[in-house]
Amino acid sequence: MATHRIAARFAHCAAENRPALVTFVMSGDPDPETSAEILAALPEAGADVIELGMPFSDPMADGPGIQLAGQRALAAGQTLGRTLEQVAAFRRRDDATPIVLMGYYNPIYIYGVERFVADALAAGVDGLIVVDLPPEEDDELCIPALAAGLNFIRLTTPTTDDRRLPAVLKNTSGFVYYVSMNGITGAAIKSRAAVGDAVKRIKSHTSLPVAVGFGIKTAEDAAIIGRDADGVVVGTALCVALGDSLVDGKAAPGSVEAVLSRVRELARGTRQARA
Amino acid sequence: MTTAFNSLRTGPDEQGRFGVFGGRFVAETLMPLILDLEAAYRAARADPAYLAELDYLGKHYTGRPSPLYFAERITEHLGGAKVYFKREELNHTGSHKLNNCVGQILLARRMGKTRIIAETGAGQHGVATATVCARFGLPCTIFMGATDVERQWPNVLRMKMLGAEVRPVTAGAGTLKDAMNEALRDWVTNVETTYYLIGTAAGPHPYPEMVRDFQSVIGTEIKEQMLEAEGKLPDAVVACVGGGSNAIGTFHPFLDDKSVKIYGAEAGGHGIDVENGHAASMTGGRPGVLHGNRTYLLQDKDGQILEGHSISAGLDYPGVGPEHAWLRDTGRVTYAPITDNEALEAFQLCTRLEGIIPALETAHGLSLVMKIAPTMGKDETIVLCLSGRGDKDVESVGRHLGFDVKRQ
Repeated sequence: MATHRIAARFAHCAAENRPALVTFVMSGDPDPETSAEILAALPEAGADVIELGMPFSDPMADGPGIQLAGQRALAAGQTLGRTLEQVAAFRRRDDATPIVLMGYYNPIYIYGVERFVADALAAGVDGLIVVDLPPEEDDELCIPALAAGLNFIRLTTPTTDDRRLPAVLKNTSGFVYYVSMNGITGAAIKSRAAVGDAVKRIKSHTSLPVAVGFGIKTAEDAAIIGRDADGVVVGTALCVALGDSLVDGKAAPGSVEAVLSRVRELARGTRQARA
Repeated sequence: MTTAFNSLRTGPDEQGRFGVFGGRFVAETLMPLILDLEAAYRAARADPAYLAELDYLGKHYTGRPSPLYFAERITEHLGGAKVYFKREELNHTGSHKLNNCVGQILLARRMGKTRIIAETGAGQHGVATATVCARFGLPCTIFMGATDVERQWPNVLRMKMLGAEVRPVTAGAGTLKDAMNEALRDWVTNVETTYYLIGTAAGPHPYPEMVRDFQSVIGTEIKEQMLEAEGKLPDAVVACVGGGSNAIGTFHPFLDDKSVKIYGAEAGGHGIDVENGHAASMTGGRPGVLHGNRTYLLQDKDGQILEGHSISAGLDYPGVGPEHAWLRDTGRVTYAPITDNEALEAFQLCTRLEGIIPALETAHGLSLVMKIAPTMGKDETIVLCLSGRGDKDVESVGRHLGFDVKRQ
């Protein structure tokens, strides 16, 4: 049985007739303490679902904003074990906000898949997004994670056509993450109408909520994309806000607030999406 | 020719695996394209017109077959087995890289792609890619680590001359790994129009298989030429291994010939005991997943990839092609590290004794020959794949050797 927090939270947002705000922050950025402080404050600022980045040295699908966040975290000594500890600490105070770990496969593979799945569940993780594990590699992590009760959230993209979509959705649970463009995180959405059409196309194949990410930066973006999508994902904008707030690469007094104020603004956007 | 029941030449399987290595560890955006690529490659291999064009260009554009040369003075100097060089450096553009580029550019055209991207370390693959793009009138962008742009400047000029856009990559240590990350980011962004022409026998399936097939002309010719020269197969073949494209091309036709010993030279950098000071992923790394495949990688205990180090830009990569990883584990091929200094020594020896300036990458292979040949009998033979010419390296080697390299 998969954990229920994701389904419950999307249902709650749907009942309020608004998209869920899914916020991505990098675990350990810019240092463990500041990162924990940001994480703890995200729900109150308006984050409905939290994606927590597992930093990796070679983030091939990420643009400079998230690349730099990962580098800052690694420079501050972040490890996968510490990321899991951060989730456990968060979970002791918040048992409702879903947490989805997002990253690349190698650190998980080296940690050990079985051990990782067990430790993630114990820490209170609800789902996983692993960018470089397409359905063709489901035996690696997806199947063991689903069997243990973790959600496995799949990315679908503009190149995922109707022929391929069923295979992509087959072992997907929690929600579907629609990547709004062919590109890396942080690039600009070219056509909002096309994103809406794509969301409708995916929804005709699945009853899972569909969240849209890549390229959503402002409250206005969130409001527009959130008309059709069940969730809007914002990552680069938050990582950049944090990066810009640092002084000599270190957290400054305004750093936590720099992220939270962006989240509040985006949360306002999601509430205007269908107003 | 019959294939032995337990042939080592049948990989990869349908999942693109060589044993546990290989696979298709890529973002969903790229997955449909990779499946298309595999289908297009299978169709091309079955099309006589494609094979005929490949053959024609190989002969008249690349200059195949490349000669097999008896290195008499090095043989005499080493005092053991007869040393032969497979002269891939005599190919058009000066290395084995063009073999693969010709094959892939024809494939890109069949797929209707209008733009080519590639990564390069030493610049040999970048030059070969820029060359076929000029020949077929396709725009190309070459990603190259900023460190490598500096140490392989002559090749940067060649690429620009050929009309390529060279994009220096400053992330990380500015070497091949970082160039590949950036090429993958470009590909994911421009996937509809762009063909990623990978130069090494690594990356997601079907690249390792495809690059191997295009490079296997090296080993196939060695077989024929050795039978002609010596009336028998060589007793040993040797090649340098970064990602491992010239090596797999040299080795693959010999895998089932049990009498032939096979050796790969990895980049031992400052020494295998120096942490993050070498690029010998099979000697000093462990299996992991990067750039679309599972293979041996230099990484820390948390699975973060290390930069590694080699004096040779072409070998300065923390991974290796998945088929090599598998050949290592099965024991069919012996891989050994060669340090920067050993490679420099071999570079000078080859230059002074044979009048052939080898690429620094190739010099690693030669250094391994210098260790193995003296232990072999005088009636035995050893073939080195002389994968590239060293013109691009004379300035950086000169600097290492304390020459005054300033233009007078």
